[in-house]
Amino acid sequence: MIENTKCECGHNNPIGTVLCEHCGRPLDETTNSNDKLDKEMRYEGKARRSLTYQKSIIDQVWNFFSSVKIAIILIIITFIMSAIGTIFPQEQFIPSSSPDTYYEETYGTLGKWFHQLGLSTMYSSWWFATLLSMIGISLVICSLDRVIPLYRALKNQKVSKSTVFIERQRISVTEEVSQEEASFKMDELANKLSKKRYHVRKEKDALLAEKGRFSRWGPYINHIGLIIFLVGILLRYLPGWNLDDYVWVQEGQTVRVPQTQYYVKNEGSTVEYYKETEKSQKGPIVSKYQTKAVLYKKDSNGKLVPLMNKSILVNDPLDFEGLKLYQSDFRAGDLTGIQFAIIDRKSKKNLGEFSVDLSNITANHIYRAGGLRVKIKDYFPDFAIENNVPVTKSQDPNQPAFLFETIDEGKEKGENSLVISGMDFPNPESNKYNIQLAGFETVNTAGLMVRIEKSLPIYLIGGVVSMLGLVMGFYWQHRRVWVRVQDGKLHIGAHTNKNWFAIRRELSQVGFSRLVKETEEK
Amino acid sequence: MTAIMNNLLYGTFIIYLLAAIAFVVVATDVKKRSKIWGNIAITLSIAGVVIHIAFMISRIVIGGHFPTSNMFEFIAFLCFALVLAFIVIFAIYRTYVLGAFVMPFAVVLLAYAAVFPRDVQPLIPALQSHWLYIHVTTAALGQGAFAVSFVAGLIYLIYKVGNGEKSSHGKYLETTLVIIVMMLGFSIASLFFQAIGYKASFTHEIDGNQVVEEYQLPPIVAPHESKAVTVESFLGFKDPLLEVPAWMKGENAASKFNSVIWGIVVGLVLYAIYLLIVRKNLYQLLYPLVKKLDPELLDEISYRGVAIGYPLFTLGALIFAMIWANEAWGRPWGWDPKETWAFITWMFYSAYLHLRLSRGWVGMKSSWLAVGGFVIIMLNLIVINLVISGLHSYA
Ligand code: HEM
Repeated sequence: MIENTKCECGHNNPIGTVLCEHCGRPLDETTNSNDKLDKEMRYEGKARRSLTYQKSIIDQVWNFFSSVKIAIILIIITFIMSAIGTIFPQEQFIPSSSPDTYYEETYGTLGKWFHQLGLSTMYSSWWFATLLSMIGISLVICSLDRVIPLYRALKNQKVSKSTVFIERQRISVTEEVSQEEASFKMDELANKLSKKRYHVRKEKDALLAEKGRFSRWGPYINHIGLIIFLVGILLRYLPGWNLDDYVWVQEGQTVRVPQTQYYVKNEGSTVEYYKETEKSQKGPIVSKYQTKAVLYKKDSNGKLVPLMNKSILVNDPLDFEGLKLYQSDFRAGDLTGIQFAIIDRKSKKNLGEFSVDLSNITANHIYRAGGLRVKIKDYFPDFAIENNVPVTKSQDPNQPAFLFETIDEGKEKGENSLVISGMDFPNPESNKYNIQLAGFETVNTAGLMVRIEKSLPIYLIGGVVSMLGLVMGFYWQHRRVWVRVQDGKLHIGAHTNKNWFAIRRELSQVGFSRLVKETEEK
Repeated sequence: MTAIMNNLLYGTFIIYLLAAIAFVVVATDVKKRSKIWGNIAITLSIAGVVIHIAFMISRIVIGGHFPTSNMFEFIAFLCFALVLAFIVIFAIYRTYVLGAFVMPFAVVLLAYAAVFPRDVQPLIPALQSHWLYIHVTTAALGQGAFAVSFVAGLIYLIYKVGNGEKSSHGKYLETTLVIIVMMLGFSIASLFFQAIGYKASFTHEIDGNQVVEEYQLPPIVAPHESKAVTVESFLGFKDPLLEVPAWMKGENAASKFNSVIWGIVVGLVLYAIYLLIVRKNLYQLLYPLVKKLDPELLDEISYRGVAIGYPLFTLGALIFAMIWANEAWGRPWGWDPKETWAFITWMFYSAYLHLRLSRGWVGMKSSWLAVGGFVIIMLNLIVINLVISGLHSYA
């Protein structure tokens, strides 16, 4: 802690100041007088809250978060944890709905620990969110801690600096000059530096040339962008702010978009292949998935009012006021109906056909074919025999089986026959008719992702601001040259916040090649 | 057209190789010729970039899309980005010795790219977006600059370890160099077996589907619970020694892992032969090339690589990536392994910058970090594709 804040030049500095605000002289007597001032120059030697006040709890919290060391530790923990999280797939990527057993079965003991430690859902865990929030808090505080003093210092720069300050810059020379020579040299330097687009200020025996100061704000603007971005992430915890759901829509169907007031109709889903790949041995490669969709809303009478039509493609979602429907999955040939033919057993003649709509099967419906009536007495969408009893394993028509009753004209009761798709079931010999599968009716089904993400514009703003800051900070540099004539000596010192090579080259171009370090070409 | 495209690729390779040789001549030459050789070297590099661009254009004409959609195309583009970043940095610093390291590295990278299937493939729907090219190319340009930073960092390390100032780092530096030799070994082995037309294939089950996995190198390891379909014998060596563990289930993971093993083996053999002949560490061999350099300048070049690359990488690998992911998958970010590793890379370089700026990590520490950053990028490219069947594993 620097106690002595009054400089030799007479200026009274705030407690904590490292370099005198007025003349730039280092205030700490203990610093070795030959050391370069690189480190002190970072924040122009200004007092910073975090280095000045260290007593109260608030001070300590402030200091904790304003420390770059802590920030670096947070950053390192975050990326190491992120890396650990990729050792095994996250839960949303595993092909199983029971992670409790999946990890152990697939990856052994390590997998079990991975799951039990919560690493399999770590990116949405509270502690990962805490890490990111701490980085966010740290960003805000560290930026405030530095940017305010930095702003003040850069705004009120004095042209005339102490020769100690100039000599202890990383680049500095001192040469003997006569009085006339000195003013001539200063004028020449001022001239040449302005040609290099330096902004030059002159006083009687001092000169300050400066350029690219705005690049000093780059890191802070970048940090502001990051803060905006993180705020966008935090906002997702607001109810209704984002939505992530999924809906399957068959061709021709209209279904409610989950968690919303909207309905979506599928007017046709298609898949196309690259022609040249259709006959290749690896199988055809898909060139396009497309779903013609109509979005509806119910009006007050419960009638569906169309809002928008759109052919949804991968990479080209339907977007209605922020509600987005994405082409995400495609199922070809869902079975919706089956056609049957009735064959006369003896003559093998086809007596007629009827078709069954699988979504609408009732016990009383009567199908007619060639003068015969057919009733469905039982229907097993996913047929199996368990304990000698026919059962259905699911409601999906994976292996539909029907128990038909075929009734002759004018009769009350008919004969029963069991028809199982994909199987030749032996019905009683006494049956007159044989019912055979004659065709399938299929439709395509689109899997649509349903998304609302109100933070998108915030992310974008954050990203743009952040990039702006990065470009400012990295592709420009803040360069300064100080000149001071005192006691028959010309002192020149130069500082840049980065890219020393370029400033040395510039100085050699204005006639100070001695400031340029020898490189291999020279 | 395809013939033209292939010739352009070979042309690019040969010109990069010549540029590399010219740069090495400059770096080793003590006499006056070096001025001319220097001009030749940089002219060749620029010519290589131009032909490389011509190659990419011919590929766009054939395939109808920008060539960054499979492993070959991506690594070839990374090589392009590396040379481009080198030319930019050369324009600033005029260090020929940097070229003597960057250009051979570019050659290794292009040879490595050539190992992967080179046919032009049609784009699956998820990849049909302009944002994809914008995202991948920008990210790769950033990575190219990071690669230059890596090379400069490596030269710095060779300088400091070679002149005895930091000899305790010798074994780590040597290990790093041997890993590069392994990459070279992998490329040599792959191109050799490609040239003799070696083939083997296995069938096995992934998530309930029977798939056939092709090998371009003799199988040291077979896929998990697989059956051989055809395995040509090589020097009487036919049966795989081992099976990969069950969790290696990315697309062609076993075949890729097999390739990694080949790279390690061939690399180690090459290194052993080298040791027998030359009898000193690689960095000692390289030290004379770099001993006249100014270490402070090297340190700055290494930092400059990061400074140039970081904004590009942020834009490409994070911002554009999010825009694309939002269009293709309906979310800007999903913690898919590739995305996570882009994030890790970015955080790593953020740590590098803060350490350098605020904690004064320059010189040795900073150079090691530059090496580490690039190792992460390579890990992302090689290992993630091996193990994980995420959304990105087409590449
Ligand atoms: C993910 C989080 C962060 C990223 C991506 C980031 C990025 C950056 C970048 C790119 C720079 C410019 C570096 C250079 O010019 O070489 C910078 C500078 C800086 N960052 Fe961060 N930062 C992050 C978090 C933080 C945090 C949490 C702190 C808080 C302690 C912090 C403190 C600083 C400081 C003090 C500077 C130097 C500013 C100056 O030049 O005056 N950063 N940061």
